[in-house]
Amino acid sequence: MKIRIKFRKYGIMKFIGHLDIMRYFQKAMRRADIDICYSSGFSPHMIMSFASPLGVGLTSDGEYLDIEIGNEQSSASAVKRLNAVMAEGVEVLSFRRIPDEKSSNAMSLVAAADYEVRFREESILPESIMEAWTSFCSQNSICIVKKTKKGERELDLKPLIYESRCEKDGSGRICISLRLSAGSADNIKPELVMDAFASYAGFAVPDFGLLIHRRELYADTGLEGAERFVSLEDLGEEF
Amino acid sequence: MKKLALSDEILLKIDKPARYLGNEINAVLKDPEKVNVRFCMCFPDVYEIGMSHLGIQLLYDMFNQREDVWCERVYSPWVDLDQILRERNIPLFALESQDPVREFDFLGITLQYEMCYTNILQILDLSGIPLSAADRTWADPIVIGGGPCATNPEPLAEFFDLFYIGEGETSYFALLDAYKEVRQEGGSRQEFLERAAQIPGIYVPSFYEITCHEDGTIASMEPVNSHAPRKVEKQVVTDLTHTYYPKKPLVPFIKVTQDRVVLEIQRGCIRGCRFCQAGMLYRPTRERSLEMLEQAALDMLESTGHEEISLSSLSSSDYSQLPELVTFLIDTFGNRGVNISLPSLRIDAFSLDVMSKVQDIRKSSLTFAPEAGSQRLRDVINKGLTEEVILEGAGQAFEGGWNKVKLYFMLGLPTETEEDQKSIAWLAERIARRYYEIPKDQRNGKCQITVSTSFFVPKPFTPFQWARMCTREEFLEKAHTVNTEIKAQLNRKSIKYNWHEADVTVLEGIFARGDRKVSKALRLAYEKGCLFDSWSEHFHNELWLEAFDEAGIDTSFYTTRQRKTDEIFPWDFIDVGVTKRFLLREWERAHEESVTPNCLMQCQGCGAGRYHTGVCPGASASGTAQEKAPEGGTLVSSETAQERKKGENQA
Repeated sequence: MKIRIKFRKYGIMKFIGHLDIMRYFQKAMRRADIDICYSSGFSPHMIMSFASPLGVGLTSDGEYLDIEIGNEQSSASAVKRLNAVMAEGVEVLSFRRIPDEKSSNAMSLVAAADYEVRFREESILPESIMEAWTSFCSQNSICIVKKTKKGERELDLKPLIYESRCEKDGSGRICISLRLSAGSADNIKPELVMDAFASYAGFAVPDFGLLIHRRELYADTGLEGAERFVSLEDLGEEF
Repeated sequence: MKKLALSDEILLKIDKPARYLGNEINAVLKDPEKVNVRFCMCFPDVYEIGMSHLGIQLLYDMFNQREDVWCERVYSPWVDLDQILRERNIPLFALESQDPVREFDFLGITLQYEMCYTNILQILDLSGIPLSAADRTWADPIVIGGGPCATNPEPLAEFFDLFYIGEGETSYFALLDAYKEVRQEGGSRQEFLERAAQIPGIYVPSFYEITCHEDGTIASMEPVNSHAPRKVEKQVVTDLTHTYYPKKPLVPFIKVTQDRVVLEIQRGCIRGCRFCQAGMLYRPTRERSLEMLEQAALDMLESTGHEEISLSSLSSSDYSQLPELVTFLIDTFGNRGVNISLPSLRIDAFSLDVMSKVQDIRKSSLTFAPEAGSQRLRDVINKGLTEEVILEGAGQAFEGGWNKVKLYFMLGLPTETEEDQKSIAWLAERIARRYYEIPKDQRNGKCQITVSTSFFVPKPFTPFQWARMCTREEFLEKAHTVNTEIKAQLNRKSIKYNWHEADVTVLEGIFARGDRKVSKALRLAYEKGCLFDSWSEHFHNELWLEAFDEAGIDTSFYTTRQRKTDEIFPWDFIDVGVTKRFLLREWERAHEESVTPNCLMQCQGCGAGRYHTGVCPGASASGTAQEKAPEGGTLVSSETAQERKKGENQA
């Protein structure tokens, strides 16, 4: 059966890159004795795919990978066994059965992602950051030049920012919450939005000056034109 | 949440931050307040190399079994972090606790190859520990060295408080106990060193005085402290089955050189090749029991989740229960997505059958190590292996579907002639012809024969310790001769030739048989910026030449000088089991081109018999009985390991 695993990546594990996280989970599957399926051929590999790579330095509460398994007692048992073999900084949140169809693949479903952005040093910010954010977001268009593998292309960020807020969090720090387009079509990284905002508001973010946390990944289950975002986890069910 | 010694900004800026985080699966965390001894174990090279070393995993596990000891790790910071640590005065730290290395009770440094010596100074320097042992106080850890290069510790004597000679399983606990007691009694550092000197296998370099003849050779080496023995005895584990072996090896996050479970099936080698230091140092050959290895394989694969297991030994085919062990591994793990890697196997019907089961023949290559091109020279080095055996093995492999063969040779061996050098090309040519004897419709395209030569470095405690080493120019001339001869062969298009760099080999030779005087040049080279000398992109020969020049050292004294048979060597104070008399006899037999039978065929009375274990006649504690090993032996290995290819030239 097909399984979707949701996990959290925090603390020092944020320095472990995507490829190493993939290797980490392959070894974790064996340690936790998950009955994972392998591809056929002379050098079989685990059937495992990740929804969306997370950059080095980012933390997340909503990371996903899909696997295919044989037998498993229950979601709860698998979560328990996996968490017993995790390193500090990775926690498995759920282990759910998803429909067998090819189209249910997490990587192809990802349509949006929630992020929280904080600033390592708030002294770099203009005093009226909240007002600046409101006025930045109320522009008719937010045109930027996006560098791609093929060169540069002009892009309007405005329709790709589904939701946004700038407020103070519980500890009094400025926190910008964003829901951005994600996935294969228009994958918008929060850094891109923040760069556009910084140049709009006239301040500069130093290297590694942003603290970025991914909250959740969503599929779009809405009918044509109308977006209806459902978290990838909610597409699976406990067993 | 775990604290880190480095800021986010630094960690995000440098290459592979995971090298410096600790936190790996199976890493051991303890409360520093609740232990008596904090030991920092160091492999003085980059993390990916150091994490691949079985010895540290073994001692790490063994030390941490003690409640009163916490063993942590440190590796050489790569050049990017090295620069940042210096600029910002950040002290070097251990991975687990992220505490400064200088706060530890011990800093243990493994000495696996000579070209890591500048990295040792880097570790000390970045930790804020005085480079010279004489300048250290209780504010500094006890710096102890171990591993194969500790069998000639003299080039490093100035920088170490102690050396451990031999296998770590035997005397380390006695050393840690002595330390605990001296510290609890409020004793001095000197008192501890005196206690340590009395523990078997522990060498305290500051307790010995050396006098020299006018020509620079050693006249005498005498203890000047009443607690220090005249001879330091190499330590040997007598029962390899009932001893420490890690059940939970560390699992790194980033890909390291040896990214797999390693199963050490035996120590030592019965073959007695005259150039091979490991073959002499690890005598007598001792096996672990089949039952122990099966259990260890199960435990380690379960606790790590690795997808590959590799057997480790100097000559796996000599393990008496190899078929049983390999069958167990294939039956147990073959259908669980676990790869099985079998290095250093003799090629025969059994090994070819096994290898065709565990690897993809089309992609894998077979490796032979004839070491010398001609039969005459193979007899000189006691590689009891004939051309017929090599061609027979290659033939069987070709008929089994393999078409890639790697051949390893050494250039600059004692008594070598131009004919011997050219024989390398001729042997490769004959192997290629053997391949093309197979009818065209039955073979798998062209064959690829890769010939690699390294340059011979005479090592202490081998029959060749008296040998003259070649100069850089001589080495390159020999490589040129081989290259030219290969290009003249009919099947030259099927033969590729790689040779090693000569400068780094010469340097290795200086330190391998060096004495206390060369430490001055080592320190100067480090101060000039030499670091990571085993990485060709970081090796600066011109700086080394300057350093020797400024230190007033004529390097030919260590390399090209022909040593007399009665010369006292810097390492003669160590009793490694094998006697100097035996080595000398083998040195003479080499010149007679006489082959000496292996340990199982006939005991040669090398001296290792007094450990009363392993293959030695009359030994009782050995794990399993060994059967008579066949004469000779083509060594072949399955090349699944990603090789550390550095400093090779291609033709």
